[in-house]
Amino acid sequence: MEHHHEHSELGEMDLRVRALETVLAQKGYIDPAALDVLIDTYQTQIGPRNGARVVARAWADAAYRDWLLRDATAAIASLGYSGRQGEHMVVLANTPQRHHMVVCTLCSCYPWPVLGLPPTWYKSAPYRSRAVKDPRSVLADFGVTLPESTEIRVVDSTAEVRYLVLPMRPAGSEGFSEEQLAALVTRDSMIGTGLPLEPSR
Amino acid sequence: MSYFNHADLGGQPNAQRVQPEPEGELFHAEWEPRALAVTLAMGATGSWNIDTSRAARETLPDYASLSYYQIWIAALEKLLAERKLALPDELAAGRALHPTTPVTRMLKAADVAAALAKGSPTERTIAAPARFQVGDRVRTRSDVAAHHTRLPGYAHGKLGVVDSVQGAHVFADSHAQGLGEQPQWLYRVAFSGTELWGAEAAPGTSVALDAWESYLEPAA
Repeated sequence: MEHHHEHSELGEMDLRVRALETVLAQKGYIDPAALDVLIDTYQTQIGPRNGARVVARAWADAAYRDWLLRDATAAIASLGYSGRQGEHMVVLANTPQRHHMVVCTLCSCYPWPVLGLPPTWYKSAPYRSRAVKDPRSVLADFGVTLPESTEIRVVDSTAEVRYLVLPMRPAGSEGFSEEQLAALVTRDSMIGTGLPLEPSR
Repeated sequence: MSYFNHADLGGQPNAQRVQPEPEGELFHAEWEPRALAVTLAMGATGSWNIDTSRAARETLPDYASLSYYQIWIAALEKLLAERKLALPDELAAGRALHPTTPVTRMLKAADVAAALAKGSPTERTIAAPARFQVGDRVRTRSDVAAHHTRLPGYAHGKLGVVDSVQGAHVFADSHAQGLGEQPQWLYRVAFSGTELWGAEAAPGTSVALDAWESYLEPAA
């Protein structure tokens, strides 16, 4: 909804951002080449496949899982993912008793090194308004229904701690390599609005 | 001075569906990645901190009618004008018209990877011991702050339990106001759905959030 603009508005924003870039570059505040590198980084290098590798390792290696739940920042950094918007990581493990779902009701805090940039819905008013009060109806929007016996714990990212959900390893994935396991891990399953793929699919 | 946060959306009435989106669909217009990058690059000049930019965004009067990256651009323009780094007539003209106010540093293309890898850690060592421990019952403050704060409205004056002690962190409230880091202990505090929403609470739900020590009082 938020992102379906009229063409005239698109044109206006294009011009406005271009003017900003030009003025800030003329004043020597920004290096236009740095903008290209920043965009390329988040389009091609930093995204949810990073987080999927973390989850796959935790599914495959019990010692790594323990480390991840005890000191997520270090355990994630050991796989090469660290830095901006992931300086202080906490991993929350889903169980049959408790399912975690992450939101930032105040803005759009999100663990960039492992998930990349947040999807539009994560930043939208419906998600930020409804997630804390009625998470089951939000899960329904994603086609997810959980048993009533499973508590849904919504975690609101209100400080600089960034949260990654460790989903439960799907049944039928026994003997899978880490690469095969990572392919089952969806972005939404690491936010808590989805579940991992079933191995048969 | 009054302060109104238009971004404090948790628990607000909203009947709209959440629209799922495929992985990799990051931008919806050509200007959006440029808006992201120009905002990050100006942040890297050290002219303000992340809490200042959050305050600039959440106080935009037309926050609710803007898209996400429109909010970023409007807040960036506001911060630039406030600091006289770039003035509205320059942005309207699309070229520099006034003398340059120097910035501390410029992010060069070759330094982007290192800058992103370093990030901006907020954990600090402080002398004071943590006032609360895991399992302690606490009540959040109920007064409305007249400045940027990170205690959402829905969690004001609520009874919760300390779930985790998260270390001492730069205090967003003072940092946003240019009053320095003033680090405090940070706690993850859990609340039952019924404590937050009363009879309207969805069954079997709870909420946890991160709260600085001064947001909390001991509860019996």
